[in-house]
Amino acid sequence: MVLQVLVVAAGAPLLAGLMRQVRARLEGRAGAGVRQPWRDLRKLARKERIAPHGTGYLFRAAPPLLAGTTLVVAAAVPLVTAASPLDGVADLFAVAALLALGSVALALGGLDTGTAFGGMGASREMTVLALVEPTILLAVFALSIRVGTTDLGAIVTETASSPLSVISPVSLLAAVALAVVTIAESGRIPVDNPSTHLELTMIHEAMILEYAGPDLALIEWASAMRLTVMLGLFTGLFAPAGIATAGAGPIMLLVAVVAFALKVALLGGVLAAGEVFMAKLRLFRVPELLAGSFLMALLAVAASFFLA
Amino acid sequence: MTATLPLVAEIGPGELAGCAAELLALGHRVALVAAHVEDDGFRLVYLFTAARPARRAELHVRLTEPAVPSLAALSFPAGRFEREIRDLYGITPEDHPLPSRLVRHHHWPRGWYPMLPDAGPPPSFGDPEGPYPFGDVEGDGVYEIPVGPVHAGCIEPGHFRFSVVGETILKLKARLWFVHKGLEQLFEGRRPEDGLALAERVSGDTSVGHALAYCLAVEEATGTAVDPDSQRARAVLLELERLYNHVTDLGALCNDVAHSVLQAHCGTVRERLLRVNAEVTGHRLLRGAIRLGGAEPLALPDNARLAALGTEVAEIVGLALGHGVVSDRFTGTAVLTERAAADLGTLGYVARASGLDVDARRDHPFIDLGPFPVAIRSGGDVLARFQVRADEIAASIGLIERLAHTSGDWSLPDGRRGSGVGIVEGWRGTIVHRVELGEDGRLAKVKIADPSFFNWPALPVALGGAIVPDFPLVNKSFNLSYAGNDL
Repeated sequence: MVLQVLVVAAGAPLLAGLMRQVRARLEGRAGAGVRQPWRDLRKLARKERIAPHGTGYLFRAAPPLLAGTTLVVAAAVPLVTAASPLDGVADLFAVAALLALGSVALALGGLDTGTAFGGMGASREMTVLALVEPTILLAVFALSIRVGTTDLGAIVTETASSPLSVISPVSLLAAVALAVVTIAESGRIPVDNPSTHLELTMIHEAMILEYAGPDLALIEWASAMRLTVMLGLFTGLFAPAGIATAGAGPIMLLVAVVAFALKVALLGGVLAAGEVFMAKLRLFRVPELLAGSFLMALLAVAASFFLA
Repeated sequence: MTATLPLVAEIGPGELAGCAAELLALGHRVALVAAHVEDDGFRLVYLFTAARPARRAELHVRLTEPAVPSLAALSFPAGRFEREIRDLYGITPEDHPLPSRLVRHHHWPRGWYPMLPDAGPPPSFGDPEGPYPFGDVEGDGVYEIPVGPVHAGCIEPGHFRFSVVGETILKLKARLWFVHKGLEQLFEGRRPEDGLALAERVSGDTSVGHALAYCLAVEEATGTAVDPDSQRARAVLLELERLYNHVTDLGALCNDVAHSVLQAHCGTVRERLLRVNAEVTGHRLLRGAIRLGGAEPLALPDNARLAALGTEVAEIVGLALGHGVVSDRFTGTAVLTERAAADLGTLGYVARASGLDVDARRDHPFIDLGPFPVAIRSGGDVLARFQVRADEIAASIGLIERLAHTSGDWSLPDGRRGSGVGIVEGWRGTIVHRVELGEDGRLAKVKIADPSFFNWPALPVALGGAIVPDFPLVNKSFNLSYAGNDL
C-alpha cells in the first residue's frame, strides 16, 4: 500500500506531462517533455510562501488538506493492489467523501481570497461537484451490487477473478458515467480547459489564481494525483488485469506496478488525444452533460437489480 | 476613375445641427470630427461621408468660446467624438445627453487638456475625482467582476466591469483609454513624408490600412498624382493585411472554444502568409512598402500559393462549423441586431455580420476593383462574424488575383488643396484620415478615425444577456484595437 501511494505520488506529474506531450505532438508542437511538470513543481516549491492580504487559515489550509485527502484516497483505492489495510473503513462512500472534502477545501480557499475570480471559480466548481459526486457514488454502487459489498478492493478482486463479468450492460453504463465524471472532476475539456489563460472562462484555475509558490505546487501535485487516482480507479474497476491481490509476493507487486502504469498512461494518452479534437462546452451545457452521466449511473443501478 | 471632392461649408455654431441633420437625412454618416486650435479660438471640422454614389461633405465651425452645440441626439458616433474632444481640448458639447468623461481617466488633473498647444508636460497625476465608481446595478444576487486592465494573456490594456447575476451579464462597462500617446499631436509640424512611419504604427496590425489612408489624404492635400501600378500594388497590400489578420482571428476564435488543433492549423497558414508578406515587402507585417505618391513592393504575391492557402482556410472553416460543440458555441452568442449596429455606426466585419451593406472598397474606392462580393451575414452573432471573415478571405484572394491582370486608371485634380481625406477599408473596417497642411507644407493637423472607435460601444450592447464565460469569445469575435481607438 505504501508502494501504491509512492507510485501515485511520483507518477502523477509524469502522467500530466505525458498528456500535455501527447496534445503537443498531435497539434504539431514539440512539447516541453514528460518531466516538465516535475520541473515546474520543483521551481514552485523553492519559492517563498505568500498569501494575499486579508486571507485567513482557510486559504492556508486548503492546499495541504487537498493533498492530504488525495493521498489517503490513493492509499484506499485499489490501484496497484486490491488489498489495503484501510479496507475496513475506506469503502466507496469514504473515497467519494474524501474527494469531495478536498474539492470543498479548495473552493473555500478560493472564496477566502474575496476576489471575484475566487468566488466565481468556487461557485462553478460546486455546481460541477454537486453533479459529479452522486454520479461517482451511483456508478460504483452499481458495480458493487454484484459483489454485495461497497468495499472497492473486494469489487476489484471479484472482477479480476472473473474478467468476463465486465461485459454487461451494468458495467458499460457505469463505465460511461464514470468516464464523463472523471473528465469533469479533473477539469479537462470539454468541461474545463486546463491550459487557458482566459480568467473569465476558468473553473478549477479560477479558484487557485491567488495561490503561488509551494502552495500552488501542492495544489498542482494534488490535482495530478486526483486525475491519476480517478483513471486508476477506472482501470481497476473495468480492466483489473495484473492487479496484485492479498498476499502477493514482490514480483507480483512489480508486475502490478508496471501494469498499473501502462494502463493509466494509455488511458491518459487516449484522453489527451480525444481532447485535441474536442471543443469546450458552453458552461450552461455542462450540467446537461453531467446530468446525462448521472442518468446513466442511475440506469446502471436499476439494471443491476433487474438483470441480477 | 476620379476622386470625389468634398463639399465644404463654413458655418456658424447655430447652423450646425440643422446642416448635420440635413446631411444625415441624405444618407451621410459622421466619419470624423477634428478639433483645430487657431489663434482666435477653435475650428471644428465635421467630415460626413455617404456611399453610392460616393459623396463627402465637410462642415467647418469656428468657435470663439470653447463650447459647441452637441450633435449627439442626431448621431451616436458624433457624440463620442464630442466627448473625446471635450476631454482632450476642453470644448464643451452643449446639451450632450451623456456628458460623462471618455478619454480622461480619474487621475488626470482637472482643467488640463493635453492636446492644447500650451498644455506643457503632464502635471503630476493625483486623485482629484476619487475612485472610479462602479455603475450601480441593484437586485438579488447581483455581483460585480472587475477584469483588467492587466490581463493574463499578451493583449492590450482594457478594464472591464461586469455586473452579473449567476453567470448572466446584466451590464458591461468597458473602460479603455489606457494607452493615450498623443499620436495626432506627434504629426504636427512634421513634413508629410516623415509622418508616414507614424501612420504605419497607429495600430500594429493595421500598418497598411493606416499608412494608405494617410498617403491618400496627403496626396489629396498636395495634389500628387499616383500611377495606376502603384495603386494596384497598394490594393494588393491591403488585401494581404486582411488575409493574415482574418486567418489569425479564425484561429483565435477556435482557440477560445478550446479547439486547439484548428488554431494550430490557422497558425501555420498565418505563418505562411507572413512569409508571403516578407517576400512582397521585406517586412512580415507589410511595413515600408507604401510611400507617399506610390508603392514599392519587392514582388507581387504568388497567386497559386495564395489560392492553396485559401483552400486550406476553407477546409479549416468547414471543420470548425461542422463540429457540433464549436458551432453550438458560436451560434446565437452575443447577437448585435441590425438596428443596433446601424444606430451605433459600426463599421467593418462587425457591421457586415449584422447585415449592414458597408464596405469602403466599394463605397469610397481609391482604385476600381470591379464587382466583388461584399461578405454580408444577417445573424449578428459570433458565428456571423466568423463567417464574414471566412468569406472575406476567399474574396481577398480573388481580388489579389484579379488585380494582377487589370489595369486601372486613376486621376486626381491637380493643384494643392491644403487639406485632404483618405478613406480605406482596412481589415477591421473603414479607416479615415484627414490632414491639413500649413503654409510651409508641413503637417498642421492630422485626425485619425480607426473603426475600433466606432465599434467599441457595440461590444457591451451585443453582450447583454450573454454569459460571463462567453465574454472572451465574443470579445475576440469583435477583436477591436485599443491602440487605434486611443490615439
